[in-house]
Amino acid sequence: MTEINWTALIIFVVLFAFITWLGFAAARWRKGDLDQLHEWGLGGRRFGTVITWFLIGGDLYTAYTFIAVPALAFGAGAVAFFAVPYTILIYPILFLVFPRLWHVCRKHNYITPADFVRGRFGNRWLALAVTITGIVATMPYIALQLVGLQVVIGALGVPSTGYAGDLPLIIAFIVLAAFTYSSGLRAPASIAVVKDLLIYITAFAAVIVVPIQMGGFGKIFAAVPAQKLLLAVPGASTTGAYSTYATLAIGSALALFLYPHSITGILSASSGHTIRRNAALLPGYSFMLGLLALLGLFAIAAGVGTAPEYAAGFKQFGNSFAVPALMLHSFPSWFVGIAFAAVGIGALVPAAIMSIGAANLYTRNIYREFINKSPTDKQEARMAKLVSLIVKFGALAFIIFAPTQYAIQLQLLGGIWIIQTLPSVLLGVYTRWFNDWALLVGWAVGISLGTAMAMASNLGSTYVLSFAGYALPGYTAFYTVIANLAITAVLTPVFNAMLGGKVRIDATVAADYRP
Amino acid sequence: MDQHSGGERRSGWSWWYLLFVIEVAGIIWPPFYNKVEPSWIGIPFFYWYQLAWVIVGAVLTAIVYLATDD
Repeated sequence: MTEINWTALIIFVVLFAFITWLGFAAARWRKGDLDQLHEWGLGGRRFGTVITWFLIGGDLYTAYTFIAVPALAFGAGAVAFFAVPYTILIYPILFLVFPRLWHVCRKHNYITPADFVRGRFGNRWLALAVTITGIVATMPYIALQLVGLQVVIGALGVPSTGYAGDLPLIIAFIVLAAFTYSSGLRAPASIAVVKDLLIYITAFAAVIVVPIQMGGFGKIFAAVPAQKLLLAVPGASTTGAYSTYATLAIGSALALFLYPHSITGILSASSGHTIRRNAALLPGYSFMLGLLALLGLFAIAAGVGTAPEYAAGFKQFGNSFAVPALMLHSFPSWFVGIAFAAVGIGALVPAAIMSIGAANLYTRNIYREFINKSPTDKQEARMAKLVSLIVKFGALAFIIFAPTQYAIQLQLLGGIWIIQTLPSVLLGVYTRWFNDWALLVGWAVGISLGTAMAMASNLGSTYVLSFAGYALPGYTAFYTVIANLAITAVLTPVFNAMLGGKVRIDATVAADYRP
Repeated sequence: MDQHSGGERRSGWSWWYLLFVIEVAGIIWPPFYNKVEPSWIGIPFFYWYQLAWVIVGAVLTAIVYLATDD
């Protein structure tokens, strides 16, 4: 751990240098006028099925996911596998809702979810709520991508404490910021292809090689303690781990596509067909994520948690070190270099898209809505580029100066917050029945209730609801979005009546949602 | 549902979407798959079933895509 693994480090650096070049070269790929926001921030909405597959895959299945899911499996066992039903459930949503959103956004040149809400419901304050939620939920998510990068840099043996320890991270981020600034969404789109291929190679190699080394799956699973192997069977008066598992999967699935970076990735597709086709193709990534979750169990069986050579890594990074340790334990140095580069580059792709998504939101829904009402295309694009820099360096500063735990907790709260935009965005794609002020009140209630419930459970992701002595533990985001929806539905006729039937103008018509 | 639909709109509904109900139903109820047996090449049911369901889900989605695309 204290010695630098030179072979792995050199391969890591070479691959990083390659994607840096690729990121800058991407500006000339499918050339567009990068002084226009939809060219810089959505790649001109021209990505076909294959690029969209790599881009959305690289966007949603982040470095943090690749580290955190196996880390959870390593620490808590079977519950980490909720990531599999979660990523199964997202695809019917992608298939049914997002082609419609894509069509209406293209028709009206909407770039962000808040643009859509502004047009659909005609209420700038509701759009502002969607904007702020998106930006605030995204910031800690960007910061967490850095944690993935930090872990692999540390695992390469590069000293990662003190001032000098932050240096590799700072360099990586300057590179990221520079190519995002110059190439926009084209940079992560091209890098995603490299990153995803590396990740697939790593995941499949690990799932084949490690069991061979350890004498088969049977032996591996036999070495996993019984309480981690399956979900705990709930007692008589609770739904226990079952409701936790199911609501984590449903809540996470509903929240995922509300994140600005998800919507940025989807809107950059070239057509509704591209999105629908990808709903059938993207599960390839879910399968890989499931394999990676298994690596957490492999790490238990390999006993890396008690091996003295990895003790320092576990001390510094906690369970996040499980997969890097397993890689170091099972693979030759050159392959470790490839695997770690996959995670490291895997951090840059979503971080770039997230910063673009947040920058688009600020530019369209705060700057243009409240500050400069009629910017030129060039002003708009320049503002977004600038904000993408600010957002990234904010995240970098956060991870350097604040404890990692804060970023994790904020990201968790971010999931609870972002799901509160579901009625306006996801349901808004299908119906204009809800009253805009009712949506805003429902949003506020969901945010407050969710934050309070998270506080009450020590910033955990689950909350235990109790009915007459019966306990229903579940994902806070899931419970609070139901409360949000109920309030919105109840208040809609009330507000409509109070406003005397005066309905705000919907800028969209039904035909806008179809090809 | 949509107040602003002009005249000849298609409903957008297809019976093929019911395949998504199967997809969701197969994965949403943990007690159904929270067991070790039947295991497959040493992998407990809990794990291989959910991984297999990823593939089933992809196939169902592909069927819906092919059947509803026009």
